[in-house]
Amino acid sequence: MRDAYAYIAVMAVVTYLIRVLPLTLIRREIHNVTVRSFLYYIPYVTLSVMTFPAILDATGSQISGFAGLVAAVVLAWFGASLFSVAVAACVLVFVMELFIC
Amino acid sequence: MADHKKNFLDGMRDGIPIALGYFAVSFTLGIACRNIGLSALHSTVMSFTNLTSAGEFAALGIMAAGASYWEMALSQLVINLRYMLMSCSLSQKMAPDTPMYHRLLVGYGVTDEIFGISVNVPGRLDPFYTYGAICIASPAWALGTLLGVVLGNVLPARIVVALSVALYGMFIAIIVPPARKDRLLAALILVSMAMSWIFARLPLFDGISGGMKIIILTVLISGVAAVLFPVDKGLAGGGKKEEGESDHA
Repeated sequence: MRDAYAYIAVMAVVTYLIRVLPLTLIRREIHNVTVRSFLYYIPYVTLSVMTFPAILDATGSQISGFAGLVAAVVLAWFGASLFSVAVAACVLVFVMELFIC
Repeated sequence: MADHKKNFLDGMRDGIPIALGYFAVSFTLGIACRNIGLSALHSTVMSFTNLTSAGEFAALGIMAAGASYWEMALSQLVINLRYMLMSCSLSQKMAPDTPMYHRLLVGYGVTDEIFGISVNVPGRLDPFYTYGAICIASPAWALGTLLGVVLGNVLPARIVVALSVALYGMFIAIIVPPARKDRLLAALILVSMAMSWIFARLPLFDGISGGMKIIILTVLISGVAAVLFPVDKGLAGGGKKEEGESDHA
């Protein structure tokens, strides 16, 4: 292996630049409606894409993952907090996997 | 301003589920670090400076292969490019007169999860909210990595698996409540998940990395939605209901 710190430095610099460039370069409010709409939709689309089907593969069985997903959607729908939704999904997956895995 | 303190504490509170999820994922990352012979200190420094799961996992493979620094740079660029989209979105969530040093600091914390909660606050984003979340989540990420290297398989796999669901639970808690009031968003979420499922499961798309799939789908779906359904008040996340909620400004 080459120098681990050199690798880490390269990674850190590239990743930081990706994250910081738009934030520092786009300093004005964008007025173009299409661009604004595009940026408005990004979080919903990207978080949806990252959640499903990944949650099914993160768990020991697809069934427990799916149950965790459904429980989280129902709780979030009825206004449960970020923390309760996250913890409830974890607990449900843990308990279900005691039985099915 | 007193508001900064409240926003910072709110950020810390919302950072707790992120920290739980990070701890679980970074613990497995630590185990992977140990498997390629990376020291505890190297691993911890990597996690603290990079704060990214997919990027770090991929980096381990590249280090183990002894690949060039250019390959390392390119892999991180491709895998982490989605942060650029998130950063663009956040740039519109911040007040235009937000000073440069805040932008530089918030940039460090643009992860899937911290972005998710930051873009979800009502009105403008106060950088202190993001700092609160970073203060909880970033040490958890580094600590989980460290313990993964040092303790290896001490934590039962069942617990690690269950904790890793925390991140997805949080994503859902972010996207579902606004969708309840807005059918278009609800439909958009369903379409996104369906297309993501197709991209993940059809062998046709096997050649595309996970990070690239996220970028392609995000650009494609958000782009089509922006053209078909322009939002005139299009401030990212939560911004739709921003009238009279300028407390973050």
